[in-house]
Amino acid sequence: MGSDFVTLSLTPLLIGIFAAVACALPGNFLLLRKQALIGDAISHVALPGIVVAFLLTGAVTTWPMMLGAAGAAVVAVVMIEGIRRLGRIEPGAAMGVVFTTLFAGGVLLLEQSDTSSVHLDVEHALYGNLESLIWLDGTGWGSLLDPSALAYLPVELPRMAATLLVVAGFIALFWRPLKIATFDEGFARTMGLRTDLLGLALVLMAAIAAVAAFDAVGSIIVIAMFICPPAAARMMTNRLEVQVGWSVLFAALSAVVGYVLAGYGPLWIGLADAVSAAGMIATVSGLILALAALFGPCRARAGAPSGV
Amino acid sequence: MQFLGDALLLQLGYNATLVAIGAALLGAASGITGTFLFLRKRALVSDAVSHATLPGVCVAFLILVGLGGDGRNLAALLIGSAVSAGIGLWCMNWLTRNTRLAEDAAIGAVLSVFFGFGIVLLTVIQTLGIGRQAGLEGFLLGSTAGMLMSDALVIAGGGAVVLLVILLARRPMTMVAFDPEYAAARGLPVSRIDMLMMGLVMAVTVVGLKVVGLILIVALLIIPAVTARFWTERADQVVILAGVLGALAAYVGAAVSASAPNLPTGAIIVLMSFALFAVSLLIAPGRGVLAAVLRHQRFQRRVHIRQGLLALAQNQTIYEPLTLRLLARAGLARPDGVATAAGRARAAKALRDEHRWDILRRDQAQEAAAALYDGLREIETVLTPDQIAEIDRKIGTPKEAF
Amino acid sequence: MQLSLASQNGQSPRDRVSDSSPLAIRGLTVSYGEKPAVFSVDMTVVPGQMTAIIGPNGAGKSTMLKAALGIVSPVSGRVQVFGRPLDHQRARIAYVPQRASVDWDFPTRVIDVVMMGLYRQLGLLGRIRGTHRQIARDCLDRVGMGDFADRQIGQLSGGQQQRVFLARALAQGADLYLLDEPFAGVDAATEKAIIGVLKGLRAEGKTVVVVHHDLATVTEYFDNVFLINTRKVAEGPVAEAFTPETLQAAYGGRLATAQIDQISRPA
Repeated sequence: MGSDFVTLSLTPLLIGIFAAVACALPGNFLLLRKQALIGDAISHVALPGIVVAFLLTGAVTTWPMMLGAAGAAVVAVVMIEGIRRLGRIEPGAAMGVVFTTLFAGGVLLLEQSDTSSVHLDVEHALYGNLESLIWLDGTGWGSLLDPSALAYLPVELPRMAATLLVVAGFIALFWRPLKIATFDEGFARTMGLRTDLLGLALVLMAAIAAVAAFDAVGSIIVIAMFICPPAAARMMTNRLEVQVGWSVLFAALSAVVGYVLAGYGPLWIGLADAVSAAGMIATVSGLILALAALFGPCRARAGAPSGV
Repeated sequence: MQFLGDALLLQLGYNATLVAIGAALLGAASGITGTFLFLRKRALVSDAVSHATLPGVCVAFLILVGLGGDGRNLAALLIGSAVSAGIGLWCMNWLTRNTRLAEDAAIGAVLSVFFGFGIVLLTVIQTLGIGRQAGLEGFLLGSTAGMLMSDALVIAGGGAVVLLVILLARRPMTMVAFDPEYAAARGLPVSRIDMLMMGLVMAVTVVGLKVVGLILIVALLIIPAVTARFWTERADQVVILAGVLGALAAYVGAAVSASAPNLPTGAIIVLMSFALFAVSLLIAPGRGVLAAVLRHQRFQRRVHIRQGLLALAQNQTIYEPLTLRLLARAGLARPDGVATAAGRARAAKALRDEHRWDILRRDQAQEAAAALYDGLREIETVLTPDQIAEIDRKIGTPKEAF
Repeated sequence: MQLSLASQNGQSPRDRVSDSSPLAIRGLTVSYGEKPAVFSVDMTVVPGQMTAIIGPNGAGKSTMLKAALGIVSPVSGRVQVFGRPLDHQRARIAYVPQRASVDWDFPTRVIDVVMMGLYRQLGLLGRIRGTHRQIARDCLDRVGMGDFADRQIGQLSGGQQQRVFLARALAQGADLYLLDEPFAGVDAATEKAIIGVLKGLRAEGKTVVVVHHDLATVTEYFDNVFLINTRKVAEGPVAEAFTPETLQAAYGGRLATAQIDQISRPA
């Protein structure tokens, strides 16, 4: 558990935790605004965004792909909103129309373009490659103080950390308006809050978190982390501040336990190879949600005595 | 083009023909089933159901291999997927019923967790080193290549069974989808009909896995229903139209996909569906965007002109620039807001009508007619000339208001 | 009988309007879809008094209020608050929405909801000081909810929820208070507490506008009425505008004549 850990597990663990928390934070508000599935839609449309970026640039480089995915997320959100309003269709159905269509477009483009030679496929988009984000120069805890080793950290780590900072900063800065607008939109508007812009900014933050996490850990974690930790946290408390705290804890816990189980679990039961860490992290977050739903102190709806 | 024509006319050979017919049946079944979900405002439940099939497919595969088979028995894999989709559905319902989570959160939780677990199992299968898991990845995105006669039969048979069940249960299902409270009041077992509906969604999803894959089957359940809704207000017509649209998209999509290489069937079918949707969104009469925009503009013009006329009749200042512009363009007022002769006549008529309405709305005997008042409705559409004359007698001799 | 609607109701025509009215609405038309819910309505609220907006169900009462506040956008018309466009005067308006308009399962406490009323003072990151907490507690005390500050809002009864909303509005320290059906489905104690607070506001010189549904209490509670049924029917002091004739015009066949006579007889 010394040098090996630093080389092989430290960076994937940190990246996993940062990604999980970055998604769980906006997830709290999406959950309360009944927009939980926006995360699902965003992660599906990242595929066409990435493919288009690849077709435009002809190379598998990070920034164009992230921009492509983010652009696709924005396109999707605008399309959902447009179809919902123009066609007067309920939001769930509008979402279903848009993300399946864009995803289908992505699949078609992928098949049409010659991407078999490069590392760009649906599988990667789904699972990510958390396990491969190792730090070869990290030969021990001492490497954390060694600038030459630090220079070779997987680039995903600082990127994910920066994403987490941006998302957390946004939530902290706009905490009050977000809370007011989520609780009582009409009231928020009478106070002059631009609730429409606020809602868009929140979705944009979610998209940024999703896209950054997507590259490192795949879309499964993204969807699961948008929903499961906040949903589990919802069962633990009746205060938003505390709920967000629980959701961060649950997200981090899912990442750590999921990663460890994926890496070592199969060995314990006699299998030779590790299983998908992304899938396992999602599974663990689901187990946490199940426990919270069964035993959480605030799992039931707060029922107002009717009448009176 | 020649090739595509051949494909559409089922001239591409045995396999492509099989796929196209199977896809069309599936499209019809999913379009119709999806309509009930959509009308019930639960469209995205299908998303949870479809993602929840993955662990079942994998477990069934592992069991088949464990029993010494090669794991490629489609029927067995579909049974596995149905079981895990059923468990997923149950979890979703339990979460919404017993916790404070809303349905969208329950859908998201189930789909991500089940899918995540499915991926874990997929990697287990890969590490077991059984060379044939390639067939399993087809379940993610669908693949019709190498479809066997027996596969096609499973799909066609499944689609036919779903259609038959719907045919038998269409009345109660329509009633529940449109107005669950009324249906419950009529003594229908709403929760059991809901379960049947979910069962059908599950069946369609499972059957469709092989053709379009679990991510895109959602599209076949949602898009045709939403598209059909643009064209009619009647529930039974939405259902039939969604079936036709679903079959059309699936058939054409399968044919197109067979006509050239690198055209994945599932994706093409979904894009076909979306094309039909986009056209409907734009041009459908009534609910289409173009119609709505035109109607809204006309409506806004009517409001402003009517308000302007009433203001003119009462010598009030008109503040809204748009009102002034519209009045001027209609020749009812000069740009500075002074009424023309025609404007004065129309204004007097508007005010007189307003006053007639006023009398009408005090009349208890005329409550139904009075409820039609909205400021724009012409009183002549509500009352006969005799009744209007009667009201005018109550008002006294009509005279200029100013 | 004269044919002009405006003069018939004994009210000021639009051009004779004091520019500094707390709330002046001109030619307001709002529609959901193709049918106007509110058509060409003018309203001039009298400062320092309590005004009730009344009319039958579906007459556009709440819609008019929401349009006046910019929550729904109108087809035509303009709104001025204290003589200036709404956006410049947000700080002077407090709004109490209908209870049912929010999800009371939201994870927050009573005191946090009241603190929301202080947002314009606090801004994005302003420190919450003792004085702010004191304001919030005072507002809760004024509506008789001082003991409930730390309760989860989902645990409140309907009447208590309504009082919390009123306390939040009080915390805004506005000059014009707009309330949407504050007495709907609340207990007698709550109704008494709310009307006491509103009368207190009037005594401070604030203006109060209430969407109201209970005709029996209009004369007792309010100075002015505004009767609406898609169009304005009457507007003015209760004694003048709340008459059997105007009620008949607003409610039509939906209210028996005997009932109307009884309700609008001065108490």
